[in-house]
Amino acid sequence: MATITTEGVSHVANLARLEFNEEETKDFTEQLARILDYIGKLNELDTDDVSPTSHIHPLHNITKADVVKTSLPRDAVLSNAPEPEEGYFSVPRVIDTE
Amino acid sequence: MSLYELTAHELHDKLKAREITAVKLAESVYERIEEVEPQVKGYLTLTKEIALEQAGAADAGFQNGNEMPPLAGIPIAIKDVICTKGVRTTCASKILSNFVPPYDATVMTKLHQQGVVMIGKTNMDEFAMGSSTENSAYQLTHNPWDLETIPGGSSGGSAAVVSADTAICSLGSDTGGSIRQPAALCGVVGMKPTYGRVSRYGLVAFASSLDQIGPFTKDVTDCALILNAICGKDEMDSTSVDIPVPDFTQSLINDVKGLKIGVPKEYFAEGLDTEVADCVHAAIAEFEKLGASVEEISLPHTDYAIATYYIIAPAEASANLARYDGVRYGYRTEEPEDLINMYKKTRSEGFGQEVKRRIMLGTFALSAGYQDAYYRKAQKARTLIKSDFDAAFEKVDVIATPTSPTPAFKIGERTADPLQMYLCDVMTTPASHSGLPGISVPCGLVKSGLPVGLQLLTAPFDEETLLRVAYTFEQNTDHHLQKPAI
Repeated sequence: MATITTEGVSHVANLARLEFNEEETKDFTEQLARILDYIGKLNELDTDDVSPTSHIHPLHNITKADVVKTSLPRDAVLSNAPEPEEGYFSVPRVIDTE
Repeated sequence: MSLYELTAHELHDKLKAREITAVKLAESVYERIEEVEPQVKGYLTLTKEIALEQAGAADAGFQNGNEMPPLAGIPIAIKDVICTKGVRTTCASKILSNFVPPYDATVMTKLHQQGVVMIGKTNMDEFAMGSSTENSAYQLTHNPWDLETIPGGSSGGSAAVVSADTAICSLGSDTGGSIRQPAALCGVVGMKPTYGRVSRYGLVAFASSLDQIGPFTKDVTDCALILNAICGKDEMDSTSVDIPVPDFTQSLINDVKGLKIGVPKEYFAEGLDTEVADCVHAAIAEFEKLGASVEEISLPHTDYAIATYYIIAPAEASANLARYDGVRYGYRTEEPEDLINMYKKTRSEGFGQEVKRRIMLGTFALSAGYQDAYYRKAQKARTLIKSDFDAAFEKVDVIATPTSPTPAFKIGERTADPLQMYLCDVMTTPASHSGLPGISVPCGLVKSGLPVGLQLLTAPFDEETLLRVAYTFEQNTDHHLQKPAI
């Protein structure tokens, strides 16, 4: 298993849509390295012939009949939105108009 | 004896006999809250107005002579990770500080059908990530047995309020031990049902393949009553399992003769507090005296459960918590530069350190180049851990262990080192990986006066044997009657 560098932490932070200052990056690098080092003990296990468990019950895709049901009213859905606008969720502009 | 000290089943008898009213009972609980909540700080939100209205409705039912459900009029506290329609649900996070769910979790709908009285929402580790409730963005909860110690976590508030008699019972959630461990540390009964027994609809997701809702109660009878109310298949949660739900009160049988109890040697290894070990050994001896047979067993992959857990749970969390982006609900940063910057600032300002740490850990474990070495490896280790239990339950009916390797520790003692905190879950995560039902019941006090929990585990969906064994223990001992001096 690998160890993690400050560059690695910055890369993962970007993937996770988080940002850290220099000091936080350093702290996270040290903490994650220590946790990953502990997790490295899994390498003691021979798992070549072991199948993975993603879920404890033998569930497969569960489909529902395609029937229209009542949804929450629009107002209720938007009631928690930080900046609702004309019945929609709004976000900062993503299309450059210039 | 004050009303707030009683159990739900004792109170039901009094309500039914019309010796008391649900309004008087709710008022008794709120008086107790005024008295001790400033020291315990188990609640994030109190819902007195709603509670008194619900109590009034229950009283109307009792007065009309209706056959009322066992939990009608019973004051209950709800962990702040369970969505309550119209009542703020924060997950003890800044990012959900203003979130008011427009719907009820399925467990809430079911409890309302019983006519419960909701006292308030309880404190927890942010997004249920932690073992001491110190990761709450809002407040520290103090263990009623010693206010300088932690109540355990992540459902620390739900455990502390039952222990302090500021609720008759409560709901929590357990991902890697978050019901069982705080129940042990606060000296109450706490149960995680089999994964799939209880709908997760409306439970804010942490690690979806592990999360399960369950009760905190003052005794095993109340535990059975709450299970009766909340279990069952739900269309809204496709991982809830469609198997019949028995009447769990039928399992309250004071008899363990002929049952085989397995004691896994790996749980009594280095790191286990000797006084905790003594209490648990005494409990096991009690079972032998009561006619159960006890044998040592081995669960050889126990030592890998924490490492496995701290890949699987953060990996699932990193995906589940992607939804907090400042768009549809919760906190949004002010004056972002653009969309990506809005996401980053919102999340960095809204999440606490432990949540960020787990999102980072999970994102790393799922990232290109590392997924096989970490996530896939952990899923395979999970299979081995589960196989240990499958083999053990071929031989024994129940497994008995300590719930936590130590009693409650001092506030602040383990916050500096995340890994030390993670190791608190060493006794509870193996069963979580395997989806097993588990209960923690009080089994004594250490010399300093702090409670110790006995963890009992059975095969999936065998809550009936679990309750029977826990009930028998309780009927033949008085540990559950011990109360903190607060």
